This record gives sequence, structure tokens and C-alpha cells, in this order.
Amino acid sequence: MSDPQDPQAIAAGIRRRVLAHVLANNGGYLSQACSAAELLAVLYGQVLNLAPTPDPLHPSPFEAVPGPNAPRVSGAVFHGEPGPDLDRFIISPAHYALVVYAALIEAGRLDEAALDQFNKDGSTVEMIGAEHSPGFETTTGSLAQALSTAGGIALGRRLKGETGRTFVFMSDGEFQEGQTWEAVQALAYYRLDSVRAIVDVNRAQCDGPMDSVMTIEPLATKLKAFGASVDSIDGHDTAALAKSLERDTGKPHFVLAYTDPTRGVPLMNERRPTLHYLRFTGDDERARYQDYYDELLTVTADGKQGAHR
Amino acid sequence: MSATRDVPIVTRPHVENFIRWSADKPEVVVFSADLTNSCEVGKWRDTYPERFFSMGMAEQNMLGFAGGLAREGFEPWLHTFAVFLYRRPLDQLQMSIAYPNLRVRLVGFLPGITTPGGVTHQAIDDIAVMRAIPNMTILETGDATEVESVLDVAHAIDGPVYIRMLRGEVPRLFPPEEPFVFNSARPLSLAGNTIDDPADLVVLTSGILTEEALRAVPALQAAGVSVTHLHVSTLKPFTDPMITRALQAATGAIVTMENHLITGGLGSAVAETMAEAGIPTRLHRIGLPDTYAHGASQAHLLAEYNLDAFSLVRTVEAALERQLTIEASDLAPVRIAATHSSAKVEAL
Repeated sequence: MSDPQDPQAIAAGIRRRVLAHVLANNGGYLSQACSAAELLAVLYGQVLNLAPTPDPLHPSPFEAVPGPNAPRVSGAVFHGEPGPDLDRFIISPAHYALVVYAALIEAGRLDEAALDQFNKDGSTVEMIGAEHSPGFETTTGSLAQALSTAGGIALGRRLKGETGRTFVFMSDGEFQEGQTWEAVQALAYYRLDSVRAIVDVNRAQCDGPMDSVMTIEPLATKLKAFGASVDSIDGHDTAALAKSLERDTGKPHFVLAYTDPTRGVPLMNERRPTLHYLRFTGDDERARYQDYYDELLTVTADGKQGAHR
Repeated sequence: MSATRDVPIVTRPHVENFIRWSADKPEVVVFSADLTNSCEVGKWRDTYPERFFSMGMAEQNMLGFAGGLAREGFEPWLHTFAVFLYRRPLDQLQMSIAYPNLRVRLVGFLPGITTPGGVTHQAIDDIAVMRAIPNMTILETGDATEVESVLDVAHAIDGPVYIRMLRGEVPRLFPPEEPFVFNSARPLSLAGNTIDDPADLVVLTSGILTEEALRAVPALQAAGVSVTHLHVSTLKPFTDPMITRALQAATGAIVTMENHLITGGLGSAVAETMAEAGIPTRLHRIGLPDTYAHGASQAHLLAEYNLDAFSLVRTVEAALERQLTIEASDLAPVRIAATHSSAKVEAL
């Protein structure tokens, strides 16, 4: 793990771990690590007011789906004991799971061996996170449902007199779904200013660049028209991210973090326009990513990229 | 009779076949909701760009647009994961497509537990939901031949059609010259010379579980069980007289196997048929028993939820109250596709 207070070190660690995993498994969601590393680093390292976990926790094996004799298992245990004045963190794009797991490891909340369980039979460290997966407390692999659930959580917390904030991590593709806009409408109507959404605006989705699939811009203008407060910022600028996330605006607050889905792994630029899921085209490409990874480790060991190991 | 034990694998049978098939059908248009390559229509899009419409991740709206185009004489073929065709946009499916009985083709990928994507990606209840929609026709593919020939079957239907589709590495269980036939089960084993001859066991299977049953049936026969095995690919309507005749010929047990909840799908349809025909044999339904699943490999989930070939053996033993002394090693081998197979463009 990194210095849990240093977002830049956490971000570098996220990219490194995800790249290592992709190399070992001949594929994975790498562009999401490139775009969202700083977002999750700032949240886990700096902004989120969460109780600590005593030690990095081990993920529990999959036991059962929720039912009459099977209580819900929540991945929020990796966010520490909840408390009325503490924050909650809801993750919406469940295909970012690998990136979330890497972030939890870097933040000292998840044992690093957890990634060995990724997408393995009988594991909760699922490829698409479900609410039993580390870091998740809602089941959001069918996208654009988490913001509404977070709205309900925030409303419930207000009714109970809790003062903690409810953060939501979203992907920009989710703004294509109608439900997202219904959620914003309701958040504004009920003045749920404890809800703070951070959006990875990487402008890329499964089929390719969003503008070639279904454009969502002008996103800030639309959100403001729906009654939200909005900051549009550079999603790799950790200071700007922290400042915007901490801003009290009196409205549901959206941080539009404009990001580069190849950031930190420039080789990915060769794969444009389709970046959603990396599978190596052959041994040559894989070897070049391996070389780049080895280089990253060397640089890290020299201390040129921050003090994480 | 046509199934073989050495199962050839066809890689992405839908890709080229759908392109060829669409060439002389200008009314056919394709809608996609950001899963174009995942649903094997990326090349179709590049071949017929003027007939391809990217609707973004917005399924409720996509179904409404499809209804509108169908009203204008087009035949929209919607390609996305099955869950996204009937869970979120169920009201739009019902009112904008099914009620006006429009010629919309809903091609649903990742049926049941064929994906490691977990509960949000696993369509385990789609047949149950679709069977409760008036005007809807439900077709399920079980091999590459059916993936290829289901297109003609759907095209001929004057109303909405839901297709449970397979992708990636698909086994060819049935010869190409024996295509999908609407509302007609496929006899794979007969206990005697005809469908009406008495059978200790009548087993009806659908989708990917037909391959599992094919692994077990020879071992059951070798253990002295007479078996009539039907592969069912039309789930609605469910009026095939061959099915009723086979059920009437069962002397010991009737078993259904489906990659779906045991409620609302093949097992329920068979139960309704049996009740209406007054068939007194015991029915045993293999499927998901009122539970969601989770993310794991297909082979793991088949075993965990007792959907695999050996589960059929155990079910038959219990149903016939006979020890068959069949070991797992007596079954035809399992075919396991790699999770990161090159046949899959995306992880999901």
C-alpha cells in the first residue's frame, strides 16, 4: 500500500496494480484505471471521512445471495464502521471493480492478495462488483441505478438526523440512461445537498468514443438546469478534485472530472478509439506493456515517482 | 438423432451469418445500446452503416424508437444483453411493442448463467417474464445451427419475437441442414421407434443445457434406462403436439432442464401441458430454484446449482428410485471455453 494520505502515490499504485493484473490475465479494464486513478485516490486518501479498518481486510468467500436464511453481505465493511457523522461511499459503475479493489489496497483497507481472487469461482472479488464485493454496498452492474439508491440513503440519513455526506462515484455513460436524470431531478427537489457525485468523464464507453455512440454534452449545463451544482475540472488534478469535492454548495453537487482514459499508460493511445476493455492482440503487444510495467517499477524504486513501494 | 458426441465448435456464428442474411432485407435495421461488439454486430454496423442505429445506454428509449420504426414498416433487430431488454424497459416493451403486436426482434445475449458478470448480467427470469406478455413469441437457441437459422423463424412471425441468443464459441450440435423449426421440438433420443413408444424417462431440455443432457443420456441408456430426449427451442407458443405425445409416453419420470429459474420457463410450460392433458407422471424440474446467481464461470455455476450433466443423472436416479452406478467419469467430457477466450471481443 501507499502512504494512505498521499493521493498521487495512491493513484500511481492503482495504475501499477491494475496494469500488473491485466498483464497476468491477458486482459482487463485498464482504461478505467488510467482515467479514474486520481478520483479514487483523492476520495480514499483525502476526502472521505471513513472509519479506519484495523488492518487490510481479507475478502470473504462467496457464501450465498441474499435471502430468508442469508443476510445481505456488504462490501462496505472495507469502508470501516459506519457512523452518523461519517461519510458513505457508493460506487455506481460496477465494471470499475478492479480499479476500486486496487484503490482499497493502496488505501490500506484491502489485503493485496485479494486481487488473486479476482473473477475466480467462489470469490466475492467479482469482475463486475456486486454488493458483497469489496468497496461496494449496492448492486449496480446494471448501470445508472446507484444515484437513486444514494438519494434514498441520503434522505434516510437526513430523516435520522445524520450529518455525514453520501458520495457517489459515477461514469459518464450513465448520463445516457433516463434514470440518472430522474435521480438528479429528485435530489434537487428534496435539496439533498449531502449527496456529492463525482463523475469520471472519460468520454469513452464500450462501443468507443461517446460522441460516436450517443452524446451527453453539454453535461454541466444540463445538470445545472436540473438544479444541481456543478464543477467541471481536470480529473487528474488531485488538489482541484479535493477542493471541489469538499465544497458546500447547498445543492446536490456534481464534480465532473474530465479525464484521459490513457493517462499514465501512453501505449493505450495506440488502441484508440476503442479503449473500454484491453485484450492483447498478441505476444508482441503484451511484451511492450510488460516492458512499460518493468520501467514503471524501476522508476518507482528510484523514488522518482513517489514514495510508494 | 442428429447430435454427435465430438462436438464441433463454431466461433461467433452470428457475425457473418447475420450480415449475409440481411443483404436482401432492406427493412431489417439494427439497434444497439453500447454493446455492439459484445453482441457480435460490429461488423454488421460497418457493412450496413445506414441501417445501424446506436442508441446509447438508454434501453427504455431504444424500445420506444423500435416500436416507432416498426410502425413505419421497418423490422428492428435489437441487440443487447438479455437482461437489458426486459428488466429496465418492461413497460416500454409491453406498451410500445407487444400491445400493438409490432414486428420487433429482441435479440438477448448472455442467457442465464452463461456470463461471469453476476446477478446484474444474468437473465434467469427472462422466459418467465416474456411468457406473461401477450403477442410475444419466445425462441431459444441451443447451438450454432439454431443461432444461424433462428433468423428466418423470427422474420416470418408477424409480431414481436424474443430470441435467447448464444455468442462466442458455440457448439454445433445439430447439422446445418436441420434448421430451427418453429414450434417443433427436436427429438434427440427415442426410447423406441416413435415418439409414442413408452419411455422410462422423458427429458426435455433447452438452450445450453441440451448439451449437458447429451453428455448424460448415453450413460443413462447404458445403465438400462429407456430415454426419449427432446430439445425444445420454441418456448412460446408451447403447443407442439410432439411434446404432448412424448409426455404421454413417459412411464417413469419426466425431467426438464433449463438455464433459467424453474418457475415460469420450460419446466412450468411442461407442467401446464401435463396438467391440461391429464398426464399423471411425476415432473422433476432442473433449473435455478428460486434464487439469484452470482459471478463465476459457467462450469462452476452449472455444478453449483445442479444444472450439469451429472445433476441429470442424480435426478433420474431419485425419480426412478434406481441406483444407476454411473460415475462422473462415465459421462461425455465437459467442454470448457476459456474465460478470456479470443472468441470474445469483450470480457462481457
